[in-house]
Amino acid sequence: MRLRRIKAIAVKEGLQIVRDPRSLMIALLLPLMQMFMFGYGVSLDVQRIPLCVLDNEASQQSRDLIGRFAASRYFSLVRALGGQRDIAPRLDDGTCRIVLVIPSDFSRSLNDTGAGRLQALLDGTDSNTANIAANYAKAVVSAFSISLQLETVQRKGGVPQSLTPVDVEARVWFNEELESRNFIVPGIVALVMAIVGAQLTSLTIAREWERGTMELLISTPVQPMELMIGKLLPYFCVGLADAAICLALAVFWFDVPFRGTVATLFFTTSLFLLVVLSIGYIVSVSIRSQVGASQIALLLTMLPTTLLSGFAFPIDQMPALVQGVTFLVSARYYILILKAVFLKGSGLTALALPILCLALYALVLVVLAARAFRKTLD
Amino acid sequence: MTSESRITVDGLIKRFGDFVALDGISFAVGAGEIMGFLGPNGAGKSTLIRILCGLLRPSGGQASVAGIDVASDPEGVRRRIGYMSQKFSLYGDLSVVENLRFFGGIYGVPRSALDGQVAFVVEMAGLQGREDSLVATLAGGWKQRLALGAAILHRPSVLFLDEPTSGVDPQSRRRFWDLIHRLGADGVSVLVSTHYMDEAEYCNRIALINRGRLITLGTPHEIKARSVAGELLAVEAEDVGRAIAALREAPGVRNVAVFGRLLHVVVDDAAARASELKARLNALGMAGVRTERILPTMEDSFVHLVGRAGRSPEGAA
Amino acid sequence: MADVVVEARGLSKRFGALTAVDRLDFTVRRGEIFGLVGPDGAGKTTTMRMLASVMLPDDGQIEIDGIDVLRHPERTKQHVSYMPQRFGLYEDLTVDENIRFYADLFEVPPQVWRSRADAMLTASDMTTFRARLAGQLSGGMKQKLGLICALVHTPGVLLLDEPTTGVDPVSRREFWEILYGLRGEGVAMVISTAYLDEAERCDRLALLHRGAMVHCDTPAGLKARMPGAMIEIMAADPRPLWEIVRTLPGVKEVLLVGTGVHAHVDDADRRLPEIEQAIGAAGVAASRIARVSPSIEDLFVALLELNGKRD
Repeated sequence: MRLRRIKAIAVKEGLQIVRDPRSLMIALLLPLMQMFMFGYGVSLDVQRIPLCVLDNEASQQSRDLIGRFAASRYFSLVRALGGQRDIAPRLDDGTCRIVLVIPSDFSRSLNDTGAGRLQALLDGTDSNTANIAANYAKAVVSAFSISLQLETVQRKGGVPQSLTPVDVEARVWFNEELESRNFIVPGIVALVMAIVGAQLTSLTIAREWERGTMELLISTPVQPMELMIGKLLPYFCVGLADAAICLALAVFWFDVPFRGTVATLFFTTSLFLLVVLSIGYIVSVSIRSQVGASQIALLLTMLPTTLLSGFAFPIDQMPALVQGVTFLVSARYYILILKAVFLKGSGLTALALPILCLALYALVLVVLAARAFRKTLD
Repeated sequence: MTSESRITVDGLIKRFGDFVALDGISFAVGAGEIMGFLGPNGAGKSTLIRILCGLLRPSGGQASVAGIDVASDPEGVRRRIGYMSQKFSLYGDLSVVENLRFFGGIYGVPRSALDGQVAFVVEMAGLQGREDSLVATLAGGWKQRLALGAAILHRPSVLFLDEPTSGVDPQSRRRFWDLIHRLGADGVSVLVSTHYMDEAEYCNRIALINRGRLITLGTPHEIKARSVAGELLAVEAEDVGRAIAALREAPGVRNVAVFGRLLHVVVDDAAARASELKARLNALGMAGVRTERILPTMEDSFVHLVGRAGRSPEGAA
Repeated sequence: MADVVVEARGLSKRFGALTAVDRLDFTVRRGEIFGLVGPDGAGKTTTMRMLASVMLPDDGQIEIDGIDVLRHPERTKQHVSYMPQRFGLYEDLTVDENIRFYADLFEVPPQVWRSRADAMLTASDMTTFRARLAGQLSGGMKQKLGLICALVHTPGVLLLDEPTTGVDPVSRREFWEILYGLRGEGVAMVISTAYLDEAERCDRLALLHRGAMVHCDTPAGLKARMPGAMIEIMAADPRPLWEIVRTLPGVKEVLLVGTGVHAHVDDADRRLPEIEQAIGAAGVAASRIARVSPSIEDLFVALLELNGKRD
């Protein structure tokens, strides 16, 4: 291994990156765009579900109830309906996802029997949102009925002992607001780093094949290891810049609390970068066309990172076999580390095991990448 | 010639942005004439053919093909011409006859005439016995003749061939040129572009073009005769380095160039100088000196003419 | 022979059912320009690639400077320079950056490559283009830059795969002048070309046809092997000539060219008067009847037929 040759390749590659402003812009803007896209697009909270109301009674109490729905951040009142036959069209054309029907005897039966009946009609095409909406609706209604009963009891002069709601307070640690965003943004950082990192290197060898420069390159004394190190170095720098962009966005734009140290963050990010850059490099070596290599690299990084890393779907709820597979997904360790560094402020010792796994992973891939390249046209 | 011209080009100009691909080219091609366009890659050969086929619009000047102006009626031009591009554009997974029938359909050969035309082309291109072979299985020379056949299915009166013989062996190339000459005998005007200097010999007339300009136009013999200022001697001597120095100083010698193990010497009078030069080298103690008068090659002519026209500064791609 | 720098024995390469290179044997000496001549698909590029050890042969051996290339592909790469058919340099790097890159890969000491590059750039009139991107050079200049990069580490063996294809004739001549200069320095060169007329510039050449060697000799030696001779008959309208001459005895092939016909005959001295007589008897106009030296293409076709390899 000769330092001079590694340097020559790194300098050449660096010049080519700088000379192609379009690809450099993509390398730096792509993570920015992806952070925004995923950051706003992927949210497990359901808010402002469009709601229509058919109030058949129009009493003080029914208006109170509607007011509670309207005030809730989970619902947004779209319009009041005139009659039964308006319900189906509104659900069909997507004006609303839920219709609240208040019967004409709502407050009478509530006052007489202490039990009112309400009907909520839900658009079940998106069962997840429907479920969440139904639960939110129940919550609003039960809050309403509790306050109603309290009122009644107070009016009747009794002591509301038996009605004192049991105070079950579940305290959530590390993510006190239970904002799914705090939980998801570190995952997005990992996802973006995986996609961008592999994309960066997926073109580097394929481009030399496509432009016909590889044939000359392999006729020189350059060694596969020198070629790999020289090629990965400049992209490693670009990758670190991308990481800085993503992490800055997470903290300053998405307001994810950051409790760890920057050093831990960049050390682990470097390990993860080595993994994804090597994946891109191996793909580039095996597939000699830029378009093909870029697509395969995208497939290889995006799919496992979204599905099998614990980013969107909890690993402990997967079938045992799939859970086993997740150990092979490098992003699993990186997401674990990121969440811990961000939300718990964990340090190197606390994260020794996942860091070790990631380092091992990086080592294996770098060795594979160095061996993947063959100096032959066959 | 002008009265029966099939192709007339007058002051044709084509620009791509700042780049001038064709710089005021004029010439005419008569019926049954085989005209060669000779020049290096990037000289403007393909641009010219594409304009004449109605595939590109000229930036200036005029051109008409088969009596039709290429700028005002490119569709009309396309109906009357045959075009064979340097890229093989037949379907490898169709048979010879299937390809021909397909192209017959595209060119609008009437159904009643199609069978006859396909049979004619198969016979002419020497493809008998291969009618049902898949094109992908044919050797290069066969494919090339088939491509030519597909270009003449609709009996065009003008045929454009863009570097048709790249990648075929010399035997197939000769057979191909035989076909071209037969088409010429039938009155088809053929315009061929090539960067093989020696191939120009097959054409009735040649236009040498370089950097978008027409350098010269004439029969191969005219061009060779007019281009080299003097006569050419091939000299064989053992010590090439010393021989060059001695020959450069000899009277009547205009130029000395190394050519393999030989020296090509341009002299004012080959018959008179041959023995003089030999004696001069013998006097320097060189034995086994031989001289032979040779004809300049098309490359000699090209270099000479381009050199005389003054080379534009290189580097601007 | 101590002078032999490159030696190939029984070199073969197959791609599936196609035999691209078929048992080639040849040697190249110090200060020799050896030509691989043939049309596209004759196996030139594949042979070049195997010599440059960027492709492995299926059979056969290659020795360069006495080193077995197949066993030690990396050891010979220091002494060999290869110029692939396609421009192999980086179009988004400048002339200087490209030269520097290859100098670094071959670990040429900076003062050495700088002075070599200066000399070669000056000799090829390129000093004003040092800061220009390689992609913005003309075809001829790209080829010269390729050659400069290939020569920056003073190789003993230079492999050039169709370096002059599509290059303008003036640049082509300049290119050959550089090669002749290198020949004087003792560099062994293997050059491939599809231009049969260019073959005569080589010291020795191998005519390749479908991967196999038809003949290998000096251009003069090859011409001496041509059975029979070529006779040129010029006429304004060559077609009637063609019809007459092809039926005459001793005429092997008649080729219609733009300004007449070329007849390949078994014996020029005997057939020339016979042809003159036949043309005169038929009353066909002919302006010149003379023996001409065969072109390499004439040779190629004649030798192929001699070997019974007619299409």
